Amino acid sequence: MSTNFMSQWVYSPVVKDHFMNPRNTWVEDENFEADGVGEVGSLACGDQMRIAIQVKDDVIADLRWLTYGCASAIASTSMMSEMVIGMGLEEAYHLSPSAITEALGGLPDHKFHCSVLGDKGLRAAIDDYLVKQNRDNPYKRKIAKVICECKNVTDVAIEDLVKSGEAKSLEDLERITEFGTVCGNCKEEVAELFDQFQHIYST
Amino acid sequence: MEQKIIYLDNNATTPMAQEVVDAISEANMLFGNASSMHGFGREAAFAIEQSREKIAALIECNPDEVVFTSGASEANNTVFNIFRDAIDLGSKKNRIVTTVIEHPSITETVKFLRKRGYRIDEVPVDKTGRVELETLATYLDEDVALVSVMTGNNEIGTIQPIEEITKMAHAVGAFMHTDATQAIGKIPVLMKTWGVDYMSLSGHKFYGPKGIGVLAVKKKVPFEAFFHGGHQEGGKRAGTYNTPAIVGIGVAAELALQDLETERARLWHLREMLRKGIEERIPNVVVNGNQEHCLPGTLDISFPSAEGESILLYLDMEGIMVSTGSACASGSLEPSYVLLAAGVDIELAHGSIRFSFGRYNTEDEVLHVLEKLPPIIKRLRGMSTR
Repeated sequence: MSTNFMSQWVYSPVVKDHFMNPRNTWVEDENFEADGVGEVGSLACGDQMRIAIQVKDDVIADLRWLTYGCASAIASTSMMSEMVIGMGLEEAYHLSPSAITEALGGLPDHKFHCSVLGDKGLRAAIDDYLVKQNRDNPYKRKIAKVICECKNVTDVAIEDLVKSGEAKSLEDLERITEFGTVCGNCKEEVAELFDQFQHIYST
Repeated sequence: MEQKIIYLDNNATTPMAQEVVDAISEANMLFGNASSMHGFGREAAFAIEQSREKIAALIECNPDEVVFTSGASEANNTVFNIFRDAIDLGSKKNRIVTTVIEHPSITETVKFLRKRGYRIDEVPVDKTGRVELETLATYLDEDVALVSVMTGNNEIGTIQPIEEITKMAHAVGAFMHTDATQAIGKIPVLMKTWGVDYMSLSGHKFYGPKGIGVLAVKKKVPFEAFFHGGHQEGGKRAGTYNTPAIVGIGVAAELALQDLETERARLWHLREMLRKGIEERIPNVVVNGNQEHCLPGTLDISFPSAEGESILLYLDMEGIMVSTGSACASGSLEPSYVLLAAGVDIELAHGSIRFSFGRYNTEDEVLHVLEKLPPIIKRLRGMSTR
């Protein structure tokens, strides 16, 4: 048998590198003074991330993370950490999962949600920082995308409702937002988003 | 430096024995259609009948009860189809009883049939993956046509009391099927002693070739072909005889029977050596499955705070090949249904690793794993959300 069997790995070389040599992990004995901490995912779902940031002049000065999860989850968090250190809060807040995936040289389709978790974790950390600073979140509305055009329901609204626990089921979400009650075109997309957010926020 | 390659995924598949490779290579020359009356045909037919006898000797049945199939999946599907057909034709015995931890070739068939209205019950198992006879009894009644319970589980290795279950099935007039795929060559598999009516097995799980398996069918039990066509296998399974593969599985059966007792002890020794070594070297681990009724080469262990796919890939980098029950490796968000059904906590299921030993593993390999595994778990736990 060839010893070079790694060449046919399911992941890209970049993913492999970040998985084998993760950057900016939060070592247990490191005294990292975090200005904001975000945690998303759950052990029950098989992946969980905790992201801690230090902020200076609205720039992410430093970041540490912990991830329980598979290779793509670990690599996504590691890559995200490299991308956002030195980045302004606003830009960091808008970092998209696909940007992380792209930097990783792609992820297998069913692993995409790992990178979603990475950018949600970062956003949660920034949210936490702003709350601690008693500041409004000036970045939030900018990323809102209308999903249900008839009832003007955005992805941010859906996320907030799932995150706060107000929408524990798709039925709750429909009752609160009335999404999909007119033309119904958005139903599938909303259901997908709901599942995704639930995976991230339910504990 | 040449990296050590250690294959500990023998429940997924086994390498072919050299004897099997040689026999197949030779049998490739037996190109005659075994259904032909001429010399070449008879030559192939003779080789096939010899193989049938070897299988029969291994699983304690008559050679004419052995039906060659493409594998255990086909064998399992064939059995369920027999009873589906009987139910379609109006049989009053119209319920099938099986368990929650069967192989996907059964559980997916169950889903498929249920959607079409068939009544099928999946009996739960205890915390070790074992069917409790008292529980099973509550599912059995005169309307049950078939009881299907695997002999040993592929993930956690739990062995079921097939002889007792068969008696219970027969007591209500039901027929008994067991999928013995994982048990062959590891523990005695005794069709006659146990009294089972149908038994499935697969060549590649005991050092034989892939794409060949057996459905052993007792005489005078219901049968209906799944593949229709030629009159091969006494009309039980159509399709030109795959002579080399059949010869290969026969040689594998011969070896399995020869080695059975020594292999059983050897595999258990290696498995226990690894289990004890892990428990000594790594804090906070959970061994899954039944430790008393367990296939000798199977060790399923959970490492809390370390995720299965990550462990698998780090081990792979070291040339150590295992499998995991974690969701990430399954392509869905759900971890192994077998572990969950056996009451394994969902977080532990995500961190589960199956080591499965085979004929070619050695003590040295166990020592190598015991050297490489602890730092991997420590590292993953160090970067985990503890």
